[in-house]
Amino acid sequence: MKLRKMVGLALVSVMALSLSACGGSAPKATTAAEKTESQASEAAKTESKAETTEASKGGIAKEDLKVGFIYVGDENEGYTAAHYKGAMEMKKALGLSDDQIIIKWNVPEDETCKDAAMDLADQGCNIIFANSFGHESYMLEAAKEYPDVQFCHATGYQAATSGLSNMHNYFTNVYESRYVSGVVAGLKLNKMVEDGKVNKDAVKVGYVGAYPYAEVISGYTSFFLGVRSVCPEATMEVKYTNSWASFDLEKEAADALISDGCVLISQHADTTGAPTACEAAGVPVVGYNISMIATAPKTALTSASIDWGPYVTYAVQSVIDGKTIDTDWCQGYKEGANSITELNKDAVAPGTEEKVKEVEDAIKAGTLHVFDTSAFTVGGKKLETYKKDGSDVEYIKDGYFHESEHGSAPAFDILIDGITTIDK
Amino acid sequence: MSKGKEPVFQMTKRDAIEPWKAWMIRLIAVALSLVVCAGVIIALTGLNPVEVYKGIFDGAVGTKRRAWMTIRDTLVLLCIAVGITPAFKMRFWNIGAEGQILIGGVTSAAMMIYLGNTLPPVILFPLMLAGSALAALVWAIIPAFFKAYWNTNETLFTLMMNYVAMQVVTFGIIFWENPKGSNSVGTINSATKGGWLPKLFGLEYGWNLVIVLALTIAMFVYLRYSKQGYEIAVVGESGNTARYAGINVKKVILRTMAISGAVCGIAGFIIVSGASHTISTSTAGGRGFTAIIVSWMSKFNTFAMILVSFFLVFMQKGAGQIASQFNLNENAADVITGIILFFILGCEFFIDYKVRIRSAKQAGSEE
Repeated sequence: MKLRKMVGLALVSVMALSLSACGGSAPKATTAAEKTESQASEAAKTESKAETTEASKGGIAKEDLKVGFIYVGDENEGYTAAHYKGAMEMKKALGLSDDQIIIKWNVPEDETCKDAAMDLADQGCNIIFANSFGHESYMLEAAKEYPDVQFCHATGYQAATSGLSNMHNYFTNVYESRYVSGVVAGLKLNKMVEDGKVNKDAVKVGYVGAYPYAEVISGYTSFFLGVRSVCPEATMEVKYTNSWASFDLEKEAADALISDGCVLISQHADTTGAPTACEAAGVPVVGYNISMIATAPKTALTSASIDWGPYVTYAVQSVIDGKTIDTDWCQGYKEGANSITELNKDAVAPGTEEKVKEVEDAIKAGTLHVFDTSAFTVGGKKLETYKKDGSDVEYIKDGYFHESEHGSAPAFDILIDGITTIDK
Repeated sequence: MSKGKEPVFQMTKRDAIEPWKAWMIRLIAVALSLVVCAGVIIALTGLNPVEVYKGIFDGAVGTKRRAWMTIRDTLVLLCIAVGITPAFKMRFWNIGAEGQILIGGVTSAAMMIYLGNTLPPVILFPLMLAGSALAALVWAIIPAFFKAYWNTNETLFTLMMNYVAMQVVTFGIIFWENPKGSNSVGTINSATKGGWLPKLFGLEYGWNLVIVLALTIAMFVYLRYSKQGYEIAVVGESGNTARYAGINVKKVILRTMAISGAVCGIAGFIIVSGASHTISTSTAGGRGFTAIIVSWMSKFNTFAMILVSFFLVFMQKGAGQIASQFNLNENAADVITGIILFFILGCEFFIDYKVRIRSAKQAGSEE
């Protein structure tokens, strides 16, 4: 009996024993570990010596440069497609060859990202970009191990507090594109009311959001403010998918919003799920990242989009020149980092083009502020002051919320009047 | 003349086949599959297949780091396959490994967070290992209990338990979220490395290697040479026979699932403490299901599982590389893996059966 039981327990107990045996020699193991680590870093130093000498001459010679990209999706997914387009713009602008660009596709937001980043560094990349929010902590890990490689992370916010000089965050003023696309939507709503297709008291917009993060909240709020600037009676309903890119969930969410009475849909999620649902239901839709006209030829109005080219070009050029890359980089319409995609002539209301031009000019000139506090209320009151937890930064000054000025990642995370969210 | 209906191919079951012949057949199958893959690669992409194979090889073991990543993931897959094997040998369709890994992993993560920086390693690591094994053991024994006493469907039950485990992990993520609002736990104790399995013999994944190989050997011995292993086989063949032979079937089911769950829990511990140092809903990453393929392809031989899990991970790592190097979608590598698997599985037919082609002489003869 005893013997049998012992065999039964062998699997666990043997392991436990051997582990505790290890514990005794743990300090030794650690020293050994440290030794290999220091050896490794020494090796890294000697390797980078060549680079440093060149850096003193002014960065890294263009021909010796290697650029790595970590993408959460592939070209079939709008968000990554936009990033890829930006990378190709950089390649063309700086005249790099194909083998100087290494791309890792479909890297999920888990430890795979660290593996990918380290592997790119091993392959000799001097600068590595990652494009998804959840990649950030793994990029930080890799940045610690490769102090000579520049790590640039889009949509993140931890570079400034990380204390690492080779970690950088970047984003664009996408709220400006969203605002302009909201104006296009608002004009369409007005036309629908005018045509008697929609009752004036039932102008409700639906929004398919990814996660309840500041980036998404800032996005839909700016879109809504754009809508309301031309169609003041509009309200909005937001539904989260809790995923950045899921065709099925986005389509379902759009369908649910439409059956809930929404007469126009927009999205902050990466696939063509919502436009597909809208085309089937004949509901106008404003997309994100890429033009949705191919998916929804009758109903897509336009899409809020980001051009990543200016940043990627700037960052890589900085490495070539041996200059420091901004810890937080954020630019917008004025610098060509934001725009809306082509207007669908078959779907938009007449006069849209002129109005869009007017709004765009005002944004570029700095006379129009998207988060103008006189344009919205929170709990029935005007927002006078806003500080984030544990920070002393006052976001509201001169009558508007200073979005993306104190860090590249969006900060506006307030639910304003007129918007309701379903789910959590 | 009357015997004209004799088929062109005649199949007869082999009694036995010499191992070297069986391995020859398998080798020929792999070679053939590579030829077919080459054809597919040329037809679909126009690339040089040799370059693509080189890319796969390079991606899996091309640098020291890549080789270690491949070994690390092979060990995890192997550990899970070893874990689910006793259950499958008992014909208990345990598709709940995914959940058992997550529960083991979340237990390890909790200990790393709460005890990782305070307890000495000599206590911490055995505690983490035992705790993860125990938690997953309990998780696995629940469906086993219902199966043993009320004959519930274990396939559905274990599958459903995966979703519950997923929710437990989601809760843990929100509870331990770091930084707040990121919807992820991030790297646990990234500064202190508390609760990270230390290096062994200077190897980053030395402990993973030792633990998993020890489990592989122990499981082989347990299944092949122990009385309990024999009981598992008998229950798997027929519950009634087992009962007739005086085996307590209920007890065997409970005990076997307990072992199965515990090993899967250890896999969770290895992933969290020994590899990823974080917990997320993708910690198991479908490997609880892939391990089923590994286990069956190896015919429950834990040593064969080393090869099979290495092959699958090798292809997966290679897939990422060719996607990156040739701008091919990763699905291209899935196609290649699929073709190779098809041949490997298909060749088992030729190992079990002898195929005789009716020769012209035979067809012509009267007899």
